[in-house]
Amino acid sequence: MSVPILKQSQYLIATIQSALSDEDLLALQTKLVERVGKFRSRGVIVDVTALDVLDSFASRTLRDIAHIIRLRGAETVIVGIQPEVAFAMVQLGITLEKVSTALDLEEGLAYLDKRLQHAPAEH
Amino acid sequence: MSTAELNSDIKKASESSTNRLRELVAHLRQNRTQLREEWLRRIFEAKLLTAMSRDEVFAEATSVYDSYVGALETRTLEALQAYAQKLSERIIPRGVETHEVVGIVLLLRDVLARSLFAKYHTEGDLLNAVLDAYEPAANSIAITVAVGFVRERERVIREQQEAIRELSTPVLQVRERLLILPIIGVIDPQRARQLTEQLLRGIRANRARVVVIDITGVAAMDSHVANHLVQTVEASRLLGATVIVTGLSPEIAQTLVKIGVDLGKMNTVGDLQGGIEEAERLLGYKVVLTQEVHAQISGLNDGA
Repeated sequence: MSVPILKQSQYLIATIQSALSDEDLLALQTKLVERVGKFRSRGVIVDVTALDVLDSFASRTLRDIAHIIRLRGAETVIVGIQPEVAFAMVQLGITLEKVSTALDLEEGLAYLDKRLQHAPAEH
Repeated sequence: MSTAELNSDIKKASESSTNRLRELVAHLRQNRTQLREEWLRRIFEAKLLTAMSRDEVFAEATSVYDSYVGALETRTLEALQAYAQKLSERIIPRGVETHEVVGIVLLLRDVLARSLFAKYHTEGDLLNAVLDAYEPAANSIAITVAVGFVRERERVIREQQEAIRELSTPVLQVRERLLILPIIGVIDPQRARQLTEQLLRGIRANRARVVVIDITGVAAMDSHVANHLVQTVEASRLLGATVIVTGLSPEIAQTLVKIGVDLGKMNTVGDLQGGIEEAERLLGYKVVLTQEVHAQISGLNDGA
């Protein structure tokens, strides 16, 4: 099942609504990377609130998305990781290093606003 | 032994022993007052149930006696079991010990057996037959009551442990978006796990952005607990919260470096005050001592 990507001013918001297969994840990656350039977005939020498990492939793909999008000149925030999921991930040694995280969508938007305030804006 | 097994034990009695039991029950009913008095005398003599008043012991003994005879008569243990559980619920908070409960049941068993000896001592065979019927039933009853008591006690203990554990890891909000988690005492793996769970839930519930974990009250830490702490810090970050660890004692700091725990990802500040100040800085708070209070304090100092 594919993930809807919404454009909200200079951000893209991808809300994962159910467990994704590996192909779905890779499709999400391709689509996000492409849209960031198309809409000249400055930030990307991936919302995983609905997921009650994040396996190593999903985590690695999220990390890759964040790194690729940084190369495309935008910031990525993963939001909505559940407490149980977070601890399970850490126990498996998945820590999403160098990837920004926030509690929920609202916090993620606030984080991006703050980050981009300090960065040179391209109006 | 399970209730079902006990029940089948007590029911195994053959036709003739059924009659014996009936006879026995009639005898116990007839001599109720006298046997109960004898039993009470023995209880007081053995200094059991000292936590309860004489009247209370009398009331409980009466109902235990009746339930006991009832169990012999109906040859089912359910009613007695339910009674034993209620009795345990009542007397455990009073500080009644296991040996006392087992003691009074065995005393009753003894008192009743003696009365049977007294009644049938002239007829050896009949006495044997009566005891054949009485002994298994009395044993089942004693086991049922003792097990019921111990089970109830264990339940109370488990509940208390749970309560202590919850009390021992409070997650407190000191400011909007700022939580503190003071840890005091020994951290075992189970507590460490619970602590993490509560913290992560607290971060979500309070929408915390910064958490100060204060371990001033932790005397020692092994590599297992230290690694767990590191994992907690990382899991909190996945929820979008920054963790500051404060109050690492010189001993713990040295141990952690010696056993080579990777603390590179941890944000540490010397004491709780410093940790809260750092957290306020991260959140953009600025705490200012107002002039009025300042004047008041110096005024107080001058007066002293």
